Amino acid sequence: MIAVRPDPASDPVVDAHLVIDRGAFRLDLPLHIEAGEVVALLGPNGAGKTTALRALAGLQPLTAGHITLAGRHVDQPDRRLWTPAERRSIGVVFQDYLLFPHLTALDNVAFGLRRHGIDRRAARIRAADWLTRVGLAEQARARPRQLSGGQAQRVALARALAVSPVLLLLDEPLAALDARTRLDTRAELHRHLTDHPGATLLVTHDPLDALVLADRLLIIEDGQVVQNGDAATITAQPRTDYVARLVGLNLYRGTAEGRTVRVSDQFALTIADAMRGDAFVAFPPSAVALHPHQPDGSPRNTWPAVITGLQRHGDNLRVQLDGPIVVAADITPAAAAQLQLTPGQPVWVAVKAAETRAYPADSRLPTADVKDI
Amino acid sequence: MTGIGDHEAAERPNLAAPPRRRLAQRVPVGLLVPAALGLLFLVLPLAGLVIRAPWTTLPERLTEPATLTALGLSLQTATIATVVCLLLGVPLAWLLARVEFRGRRVIRALVTVPLVLPPVVCGVALLLVFGRKGLLGAWLDATFGFTLPFTTTGVIVAEAFVAMPFLVIAVEGALRGADARYEEAAATLGASRWTTFTHVTLPLVAPGVAAGAVLCWARALGEFGATITFAGNYPGITQTMPLAVYQTIESGDLDGAVVLSLILLTVSVTILAALHDRWITSA
Repeated sequence: MIAVRPDPASDPVVDAHLVIDRGAFRLDLPLHIEAGEVVALLGPNGAGKTTALRALAGLQPLTAGHITLAGRHVDQPDRRLWTPAERRSIGVVFQDYLLFPHLTALDNVAFGLRRHGIDRRAARIRAADWLTRVGLAEQARARPRQLSGGQAQRVALARALAVSPVLLLLDEPLAALDARTRLDTRAELHRHLTDHPGATLLVTHDPLDALVLADRLLIIEDGQVVQNGDAATITAQPRTDYVARLVGLNLYRGTAEGRTVRVSDQFALTIADAMRGDAFVAFPPSAVALHPHQPDGSPRNTWPAVITGLQRHGDNLRVQLDGPIVVAADITPAAAAQLQLTPGQPVWVAVKAAETRAYPADSRLPTADVKDI
Repeated sequence: MTGIGDHEAAERPNLAAPPRRRLAQRVPVGLLVPAALGLLFLVLPLAGLVIRAPWTTLPERLTEPATLTALGLSLQTATIATVVCLLLGVPLAWLLARVEFRGRRVIRALVTVPLVLPPVVCGVALLLVFGRKGLLGAWLDATFGFTLPFTTTGVIVAEAFVAMPFLVIAVEGALRGADARYEEAAATLGASRWTTFTHVTLPLVAPGVAAGAVLCWARALGEFGATITFAGNYPGITQTMPLAVYQTIESGDLDGAVVLSLILLTVSVTILAALHDRWITSA
């Protein structure tokens, strides 16, 4: 199906620079995915995730840049080169699956095979085989509306994989499922993605999906890459507020001068190890202690703050605080009982220097020296 | 708390009231009276037709060859006209719904023109184009020796011209309502635009196409003005049922006209009801 590549070992399956200009919004995303690699494209709503997926699928032309799939140029605006979706070797699992309502599960899976020139009988046999692989042999004759959400998701996956695409695209594949189904489906999806020999791009806003399913995370905001790396690197060293919230850390940027990082004119944080220059400081909400009065002793960061919000967070209570910096604290119910926790209440915040983590902000990520989280 | 409890208790008898009373409460008189009058206005003439029918002579009048000929011609031409409308109108509706091009709004407006034009004017317009001396008609006559006016084919052309907008509007509406992302899904699976149209789009809008075809057929069956102007009124060739009704009443035979009308009414209502159950309610 795909032209033989001269040097398969060195060429990534996806070699792309996606540029799409849409007035106020501009997507500018370099993207490389190796064979067998699963990359998660993570970002807030409106970051351009789905636009990127549609460009790769051939449903949306680029304004500049290029897309090469398995050595084949499929979109290159400056050379007026454009291959529509139906002639690209892709498989797409859409967010709401888009199973054809008038076809049975079996015929939905066979649809792509038929379009790739396989005769009806052979296509049905292969489709039935795929349904068995996703555990839905019994539902072969069911219409999409008779399937549960989890079943529909698996049919959609089988339909996309049946044509052996070099690039599998998944658009929020678990977003439409309830929490219980999502757990099982995520595990099963992981198995199928591991088996898929081609490249996979997973678009999601759920960090858990990305962490479980992907080998590498690509985080975009406002159409730009803000972070790129494996899960360990990104969870240890977030570089934007969005990523910090995603992995549940308090994150500040400032200028380091020895063991002090100046975050604003009036405020500085003390860190464990000396460093210099533009730096990020991160610490988890569980490292933040709250006191009714100014605590004394031990070299640590303390400052007065005001409670702005409270919410349950697992077994603990997450407290949002305003002050010289905005910070989130996780408090055990026992600790909460000793404090009067109401919005507007002034408290003292304490963070041990040893529990903060500081890393340079201007250089690209050093992946080698990532400490355990 | 007691206040809320009391309130609930006061509401309860109302909720338990029989359904008929609740319906009467919900429909304001200002709507109910005009609605009833409107229904009466629509049904009374039909009732009049049934009441005035010459029931004693009905059997022999029904089997008159002239009647059966007109009925057969009507059903035949209306059905062929509907097929023509489907073949040409569905692609036109697809174009209007799915392809963005300059002048699409103008074309959409043009398509609906026969809808608002008096049918007689449609007939005159058809004569000017397809008549023996018309723009296209003269060429057709000279090249193929083929003329449309005053032929059964002419009846079909007149009916299709008047009925096609109904189909195009219904199908275009169905296409706009159908989720175009199914077509994108088909494309990602390797389906060309044509295969997508035949294998995905058409099945998805089938109920809309059926509804449009029924409307189109009903309009063609009742067509009078354009037909009589363009195709004339020749028994066995161009005299469809509405034309036969008109001719019978012109000749002073009111009973005959009533019988013909009754037949047309029965046939169209029966077919529409059958199609309605089969297609439209299943949508």
